[in-house]
Amino acid sequence: MEPSAAPIIQVSDLNFYYGPSRALSNINIAMHARQVTALIGPSGCGKSTFLRCLNRMNDTIPGTRVEGQILLDGEDILAPDLDLANLRQRVGMVFQKPNPFPQSIYDNVAFGPRVVGLATKRPELDEIIERSLRQAALWEEVKDILSENAISLSLGQQQRLCIARLLAVQPEVILMDEPASALDPIATLHIEELIAELKANYTIVIVTHNMQQAGRVSDHTGLFWLGELVEFSATATMFTRPAQKLTEDYITGRMG
Amino acid sequence: MTSNLRATFDREFEAVRQELIQMGEMVGLAIEQSMQALTEHDLALAQQIIDHDQNINRARFHIEEACLALIATQQPAASDLRAIIAIMHMVVEMERMGDHAAGIAKTVILMENEPMLKTFKKIPKMGELSRKMLGEAIQAYVNRDEQWARQIAAKDEKMDELYHDVFHRLVRVMAKKPEVVTRATYLMWTAHNLERIADRVTNIAEQIIFMTTGAMGELQG
Repeated sequence: MEPSAAPIIQVSDLNFYYGPSRALSNINIAMHARQVTALIGPSGCGKSTFLRCLNRMNDTIPGTRVEGQILLDGEDILAPDLDLANLRQRVGMVFQKPNPFPQSIYDNVAFGPRVVGLATKRPELDEIIERSLRQAALWEEVKDILSENAISLSLGQQQRLCIARLLAVQPEVILMDEPASALDPIATLHIEELIAELKANYTIVIVTHNMQQAGRVSDHTGLFWLGELVEFSATATMFTRPAQKLTEDYITGRMG
Repeated sequence: MTSNLRATFDREFEAVRQELIQMGEMVGLAIEQSMQALTEHDLALAQQIIDHDQNINRARFHIEEACLALIATQQPAASDLRAIIAIMHMVVEMERMGDHAAGIAKTVILMENEPMLKTFKKIPKMGELSRKMLGEAIQAYVNRDEQWARQIAAKDEKMDELYHDVFHRLVRVMAKKPEVVTRATYLMWTAHNLERIADRVTNIAEQIIFMTTGAMGELQG
């Protein structure tokens, strides 16, 4: 199970600041292709900040500063001259609340390929739409209503649509920030099953407050605490024999 | 703000833990009484042990049910999860130890009309040792004492020595006096039951180590 190839994401000595306050301290982590990594920890521990470093979403927040190195396939993504649009195509993101465009289901998924220029002809685009919706386990539910407004879908379907939208531009890495926390238990299980399927082709990093979810979906789990990565282990080890006392206390609910 | 966010889990787990300790005491008593029934040829007591074994079996299932409910409803992880899994293994060992005590009681009843074999002081010695090992294992469990658990398991060697000694002496007796073969065979069963009890104490020691450290492994026994 443990991959031997070079990691797809290699983070070294990463520090991150919001103005003068340090939000991440000396983070070192390696993530391998086609593995699911879960990041857990209390609110404000830095896990979402870390996630947003991986596709430079924090760049949109004024007054932030980053130090250290993040390599994606060996390429430094913190380089100032990096093409951010290209980075975010390669490293897609799913948010806590589904955010479909108020357009047709078809146009939502077609948005990326059109912008990036992945398809010029309608049949090519149709093919991408169908493939993406199938990969997002949504095709059977929407294939006959592709022209309907995405807002009419249930929240769970909207979230899978957002995943389809992201898959349409063929990313390598998918970042998920609490992707199921706004969903009911059944819709949550749909997302979790989807993660298990997507793992065959994509590298996934998921931030979750739900520790049982981290246990169910991930291969590796990292615990963040006050901006530090306390422990990063195989998920099965983390949830049965954590190495750190702090991890033990956190996952057994013995600290507030 | 409360410092323990798992107070419900802790309370329910503590109840299961107490049941396990009580079950261990029930089994210890059964072993002790089986030796008394054997040495005093007390058939009524032997029958009582056999009847009482049902209570030990019931205690096992009750504890297993409670563990299942805790896992299903509380989603324990890490040391909490290990503690529950250890209990689920330990109750099986204890229940089977109860069967061994009942097995000894059955041989006492089978020997109803046979005179005692006075020369076999080592069998009560085996009984004492197995009883002592179980009692210490329960205490080591209560104290979460991994080192003690290892020491207790090491005592199984002494038990094996006693067993081999009894075994070979019984074989010699049988060879010399065919008229005592039936009696000697019953005593062989008894010794075997006691030896198995000590093996099961070793298994309990393994669970104490798993519970406290997360390490899985077989101790000698």
